Amino acid sequence: MSSRESKPAPRFAEGRAAVPTVSDTIAEFAPRRPRVRLSRPLTRAAAAAPFIIPGLALYLTFILAPMVYSFAISFFEWNIVRPPLSEWVGLANYRQALGNPIFRRAVLNTLAYAAVTVPGQMAIGLFVAVLLNQQIRARAFFRVVYYLPVITSWVIVSLLFEYMFVGQSGLVNYLLRDVLHLIRENVRWLADPVLAFVPIHLLGIWKGAGWTAIIFLAGLQAIPEQLHEAASVDGAGRLSRFRHITLPLLRPTLVFLIVVLTIGGLNAYISFLLITDGGNPLDLTHSVLTLMYEATFTRLEFGYGSSISYLLTAFVFVISVFQLRLLRRRVEL
Amino acid sequence: MGMRTEERLVRWLTYALLLLGLAAVAVPFWYMLVTSLKPQSFIFEVPPRLWPTQATLGNYAAALSKDSFGLYFLNSLLVAVASVSLTVLISALLAYAFARLHFSGKEPLFNLLLLGMMIPPVMLIIPQFIIAKQLKLFNSLLGLILVYVTMNLSIQTFLLRGFFEGIPKDLEEAALIDGAGQWTIFSRVVLPLSRPGLAVVTIFTFLYSWDEFPWAHVAIKETTKRTLPIAIALFQSQHLTEWGQVFAASIVALIPVVVVFVIFQRNFIRGVTTTGLKG
Repeated sequence: MSSRESKPAPRFAEGRAAVPTVSDTIAEFAPRRPRVRLSRPLTRAAAAAPFIIPGLALYLTFILAPMVYSFAISFFEWNIVRPPLSEWVGLANYRQALGNPIFRRAVLNTLAYAAVTVPGQMAIGLFVAVLLNQQIRARAFFRVVYYLPVITSWVIVSLLFEYMFVGQSGLVNYLLRDVLHLIRENVRWLADPVLAFVPIHLLGIWKGAGWTAIIFLAGLQAIPEQLHEAASVDGAGRLSRFRHITLPLLRPTLVFLIVVLTIGGLNAYISFLLITDGGNPLDLTHSVLTLMYEATFTRLEFGYGSSISYLLTAFVFVISVFQLRLLRRRVEL
Repeated sequence: MGMRTEERLVRWLTYALLLLGLAAVAVPFWYMLVTSLKPQSFIFEVPPRLWPTQATLGNYAAALSKDSFGLYFLNSLLVAVASVSLTVLISALLAYAFARLHFSGKEPLFNLLLLGMMIPPVMLIIPQFIIAKQLKLFNSLLGLILVYVTMNLSIQTFLLRGFFEGIPKDLEEAALIDGAGQWTIFSRVVLPLSRPGLAVVTIFTFLYSWDEFPWAHVAIKETTKRTLPIAIALFQSQHLTEWGQVFAASIVALIPVVVVFVIFQRNFIRGVTTTGLKG
């Protein structure tokens, strides 16, 4: 007979390694009700079931099953009306995507978006965080206002940026031409397959910098004040303290932000869809996701759409692992 | 003396730069507000004005009555309130089981749940659409609610489990000795003591379901079932020039978000910095 059976552990003891506390000892003397003594796996499972089942059912239905399902679909010419009639096509969907110039252009657009908006958000976010990390008045007020773009729906801010960049009467053209005198003619931002990315990239930075700043601010506040004071006493100026104390200690925050922002950037969708009106002009301004949604829900090519979503997921995964490896290694140097 | 001058200079520079940033954030929002107050004939005025020459609430009246944004607002509210309540309830139940109960398979099950935090939503949306169709959840607000709850489940359970584990066990033990069952401990001891955690879950789930676009865009085709984000986007694509109404609807959609954010600001920032959630 094992010792466990002869003397059941108190039900509330957390884990096996829990150190008994005074209250554990007191509880040992408490009159036991039969329910507490029942510790057989089935009884425990029955007690846990009502807590687990609602969440688990949803999770299985809308996350786990779809994950497997979508992988299967990507190998079929999927028939949405009669799924059993779907035709197995092997890797044809993947080949179709990789061979398609519109898809390749979308990949390029998406990479460019990440390459511009990730450093943009990081630089501005860090700058704002450093400003906010001083003894200043109305810090809470600034924090709230800077965070407003983050909590505003992508739909609203995308339309807002589209309106500000409208050709004839847009605010941006007016500022550039009549106030700053930087251009002579109105620029038709939204009609040009390259210039259309100006509002899209600016929006990405404008909307995300507040969040980046808050994360940086938390990182800055975790740096002990004494380090800065000691360095000041030794005669280090602001800039050298920033370089030799702040930046190295912010490294975990930097790594976290680079990975998370890159994932977000590669998944850009709403701003591309609304500002370019779904890839205009000439399907040259798609992101990978606008293309995926169009293939799936406009042209009803579910198999093809699934293959694009899997390609994107795999790519995001590889990039994240690669970034983590690279940035961690640099930490060790 | 030199030190003090430098410090004063840095201080002035800090405020100047912060105000510049403030303008960069505020001007687009201000322009949206002003445009929503302009009559249609001033929407494309040259030069564009940051002050309405003839302020009118006409766009708001038109958007809310003629173009059913009042209905879409109610749809959004229903979806958000239901999603928040269900997410709080279901993830609290899960979190309690993982923090306090003992049953076989607990660890693997928790890890499986955490997997949900790593799966990109893109990968799921196509099969979710197919499954929703099979379950008759297409074109239904319930379909939105169930998916929103599920998409938030992993992260919020993770967050609440942390909160629950931080509650001193003595209280629960005392309740247990008094003869309380798990349900009583859960609802009378653990939940009331986790209010800050529940507040974080509430805010993030509210913002998520209020702002969500991609899923609603594919799962709702019936006009009367639209939520605000899709209603605003579709209105703009159908009435390309009626920016006044677009922004009137946008301002109306933005008000609850700002109110919730300003009220729960402290909880919110703590939630952001402890979980890395975006909101």
